[in-house]
Amino acid sequence: MGHFQKKAVTKQDIPTASLPDIIFMLLIFFMVSTVLRETTVQVRTTLPQAEALTKIDQKRLVSYIYMGPRKLDGNRLGDTSVQIDDALVEDLVNVRTIMYRKLVEQPKLIVSLKVDETSEMGIVLDVQQELREAGTLRINYSSRREIPS
Amino acid sequence: MSLLKKKKRREAEIPTSSMADIAFLLLIFFLVTTTIDVDTGIGMVLPPKLEEDVEPPPIKERNVLKILVNEQGLVLVEDQPSAVQLIRDEVKKHVLNNGADPRYAEETGKALVSIKTARQTPYDAYVGVLDEVWMAYFEMWDAEARALGYPDYDSYVTAIDEQDAENAIRDKIKAAISIAEPDAA
Repeated sequence: MGHFQKKAVTKQDIPTASLPDIIFMLLIFFMVSTVLRETTVQVRTTLPQAEALTKIDQKRLVSYIYMGPRKLDGNRLGDTSVQIDDALVEDLVNVRTIMYRKLVEQPKLIVSLKVDETSEMGIVLDVQQELREAGTLRINYSSRREIPS
Repeated sequence: MSLLKKKKRREAEIPTSSMADIAFLLLIFFLVTTTIDVDTGIGMVLPPKLEEDVEPPPIKERNVLKILVNEQGLVLVEDQPSAVQLIRDEVKKHVLNNGADPRYAEETGKALVSIKTARQTPYDAYVGVLDEVWMAYFEMWDAEARALGYPDYDSYVTAIDEQDAENAIRDKIKAAISIAEPDAA
């Protein structure tokens, strides 16, 4: 009988010594994958919906151009403007030089056009014309997945 | 002297029991702030800038499917009033015609789709039309992939990526979409 009683004292603790390490691993993963928002978008960009979507996996290659009505104080909307990075582009000719510089830095550049759905095609075509001049030919009309109704 | 001897060297240890908690807090912060949203959109490649003295290559009128989107977002396909929903079938008929119907393309490799807008055309109308044209190509690619024995086009792409093979479907049915300049007002 004494033989059986000896067996009953097994430790039931889960070793927690490596817990901080596991958490740190997760932490580092999220720190690396986080992209903090670096630009404030000064124009409204409600993206159109589409079905034939492709994903851009490499975020490093992407540069954004925002087009849409300007956000003004008190929820009012102004004229349609073009924004690259942090600044509004007043003269569309500047798009050419800005994008050309970006292309030199990143030859595989993809330009993602975030255009408000109410914008007119005129400004989009003008920007595209400038992109052709700059040589940044890979573009992407950013759109949302269609919600089936 | 005996008093001094009693002073033992204390071990300098940092308490590590709260380390996990601190790490957890940081973890939760980054979990909350991370957005793993992949950017999605309709990809296009713009035509390169035309050289001054080089004439664009001649294209037969019948190989081009002309789609016009006007200021109200209304659609003309080959000068016939149409609807956005009908474009998909029109594009498929055009590309897979192979000379059968004189109104559509001579052969698949030569088929072109041209989208023309006015300067006042709303952007979402344009994207809607472009989307339908792309969907037509996607569906044709899917059909080709199924004919080759794959469940869909995506699995075909992964299969040829593994084999380092050429994308035969894309070579056969090239997505040739051109964005035409609006007429000068």
